[in-house]
Amino acid sequence: MLASPPGGKLRFNDPQIEMAHGAGGKLSRRLLEGLIVPLLGNPVLDQLSDAAVFGFAGTRLATSADGYVVKPLRFNGGSIGELAINGTVNDLAVSGARAIGLMATFILEAGLRGETLRAEVEAMARAARNAGVAIYGGDTKVVEHGMADGMYISTFGFGEVDARAVLDPKSVVPGDRILLSGPIGDHGITILLARGELDLEADLRSDTRPVTPFVTALLDAAAPGLRWMRDPTRGGVATALNELVRDANCAALIYEEAIPLRSEVRGACEILGLDPLHIANEGQFIAIVSDEYADAALRAVRAIDGGLEAAIIGEIRAQPEMTVISETGFGGTRVVDMLVGDPLPRIC
Amino acid sequence: MCLAIPGQIVDFSPEQPLLAKVDVGGVKRNINVGLLEDNEVGVGDWVLIHVGFALSKISEDGAREQLRMLEAMGENELAIEEVRGYSFGERAPSAHEAT
Amino acid sequence: MKYVDEFRDPKLIRNVAQELGREVDPAYHYRIMEVCGGHTHAIYRHGLQDLLPPNIELVHGPGCPVCVLPMGRVDDGLSIADHPDVILTCFGDMMRVPGTRGTPLELKARGADIRMVYSPLDALRLAQSNPKKHVCFFAIGFETTAPSTALTILRAAELGVRNFSVFCNHVTIVPAIRAILDSPDMRLDGFVGPGHVSTVSGCRPYEFIPRVYGKPVVVSGFEPLDILESVLMIVRQLRAGEAKVENQYHRIVPWDGNKAALAAIAQVFELRAFFEWRGLGFITQSALKINGAHAQWDAEVQFEIPGVRVTDPKAAQCGEVLKGVLKPPECKLFGQECNPEHPIGALMVSSEGACAAYYRYVHHAQPVRG
Repeated sequence: MLASPPGGKLRFNDPQIEMAHGAGGKLSRRLLEGLIVPLLGNPVLDQLSDAAVFGFAGTRLATSADGYVVKPLRFNGGSIGELAINGTVNDLAVSGARAIGLMATFILEAGLRGETLRAEVEAMARAARNAGVAIYGGDTKVVEHGMADGMYISTFGFGEVDARAVLDPKSVVPGDRILLSGPIGDHGITILLARGELDLEADLRSDTRPVTPFVTALLDAAAPGLRWMRDPTRGGVATALNELVRDANCAALIYEEAIPLRSEVRGACEILGLDPLHIANEGQFIAIVSDEYADAALRAVRAIDGGLEAAIIGEIRAQPEMTVISETGFGGTRVVDMLVGDPLPRIC
Repeated sequence: MCLAIPGQIVDFSPEQPLLAKVDVGGVKRNINVGLLEDNEVGVGDWVLIHVGFALSKISEDGAREQLRMLEAMGENELAIEEVRGYSFGERAPSAHEAT
Repeated sequence: MKYVDEFRDPKLIRNVAQELGREVDPAYHYRIMEVCGGHTHAIYRHGLQDLLPPNIELVHGPGCPVCVLPMGRVDDGLSIADHPDVILTCFGDMMRVPGTRGTPLELKARGADIRMVYSPLDALRLAQSNPKKHVCFFAIGFETTAPSTALTILRAAELGVRNFSVFCNHVTIVPAIRAILDSPDMRLDGFVGPGHVSTVSGCRPYEFIPRVYGKPVVVSGFEPLDILESVLMIVRQLRAGEAKVENQYHRIVPWDGNKAALAAIAQVFELRAFFEWRGLGFITQSALKINGAHAQWDAEVQFEIPGVRVTDPKAAQCGEVLKGVLKPPECKLFGQECNPEHPIGALMVSSEGACAAYYRYVHHAQPVRG
């Protein structure tokens, strides 16, 4: 008794846009599949992967575009500038491509301090150097005071897809393993705390970083067994896996105890009644790897600096179709749903 | 009903004696302890937190006692089953059936 | 995390589950109600239903303070946000609850100043830092939360904060339990009692249940081990032919409750003669209102509240689900017209609502137990 029948077309009839439409969960999906795709559709867009992959002059190119809207602009572990670079680099990375160049558009609010903008552009320069990518151009617009929350950044990136990367949700089969690169929830909880409205303190930082080195290691060690990858940004791991099981027509079983999670993220989620699986990450990826290559894949990721906490968190099953299930340490199971709107703290 | 969670008092606010800094897995928040008796809690104690207030002090002894009894539950049954000659995992006859 | 992880220990949970399997009468179909929405949520969040013997059926009770609020009352609260220069504050739980004109989140998207807070004290602080605005706090919750609202009002009085008010919708759990016990279509064997309400009220208020109705009550904690142990304690009472109140959550719940919390409630609130509960109708002396001495901070005194009654759509079976007569998937609208993105009733969006728990955590093709 799902809200939308499996395989059925989503329709977008929402009378107004809500914050939830941008949260990365079900409403975002409906906006995309019910409005954007039908009107703009073509074979490449229709795949709705993180990056668009298409053949060009004998090779495969990947391109990706993303908007960065974050409040506050600066937070522990990063800032909007870094997110803007790493986010697009990562969308390309999980499509098997090394980012070559980016273009950046700034929408700036009149009244934004000059030094704030300088700090973000410096952050972008650092992040681009760190990710081995060049910023080739872009645009700047200024809007009236009161709009743009200081600044919005939008980046477009392109790269060449590694010949060894053959990624397709349809290639995912029961028995495949689910690999997660590191602890979840760090970014989303850091932002939530940075807003200061909840009066919570914790020693947490955003996990923003380029995941390209890990993907390269994965391809080196396990390319023949690498089926699919995604970076679990808005909507978290839950949403990414739900999209997978839908596109691959399979089931995913995760072992709750196997999920890497920092104590502070767990503490914040317990206080606020949030599910870490729904919280955004900016420096992680999920990879589906065949059983045969899973151990090699995990070893390869762990060997990279920053990959020590990577773990196999579950496996692909045939049933129950198009469902993600989580199993507790004591054998209880529950469905892991896709996020509906923004995760809201609950009190009751 | 509502979501309430254990946290440990790590500090009291110098300006407001009724405000304690409480730690939940490394996340800290100021919590109003006005619903607890005077001198009932000090730094290091655990309390139940709900909507920014401490509702109750958690009894370390109570928790330990409870867990001990639950551990013994498994051991007792194991011992009984050995005596009865059942292998572990087989279901013992229901108490209703036993005469 | 201390006091959480120990109560999720797989070995201990297996111990209790096995003991439960040994103790149940295989020929009997047990119907045990967990009163509190927080317990419903915990059961399905941890998949505890998988660990119970097949002949124990859990019946979900009305202990969801958001679910039992009639839509008209939600409208009343949201109407306060229509006033210019008013900031309406509420818990996260309220933000997706539908009123006739939309949810607080939707109204906020259309320009209303509605903000989420974690604590009523945060709302009071907001009032202090926004002297030109009026901050109203939409208070919900059972006895667990009422003392916090009370202390906040007392603090407002102490500080002389005049641009602050509370729209009070605190309800009390005992009248709802009584209404269910008196309901002709219910056969229940025992109750898993509300653990956090009891930290305030203590265990005595439930003594009428075994005394008058002959049913066991076990006040329970919220971790998997707590809930399983409580079910075991109920089954043991039934086997022994006993009926009494027991306190499983004794590490946190004092038998006599929290004196200071009860005193704060008495100082600030009084019982309403009656209050309408969604699904249960009007129940006498089941809800709190701010007393005359604190009228300055009572939103119902400071604002014109429409007070229009809005009945649920006929097809929605929120009431029957709240009373435990129907399981969520048995409501004709479940998962179809009524789902978390498009909820017909609050049971689907409130985190403690039984429908939300099923929709989120229970696979739609799984057979409904019992």
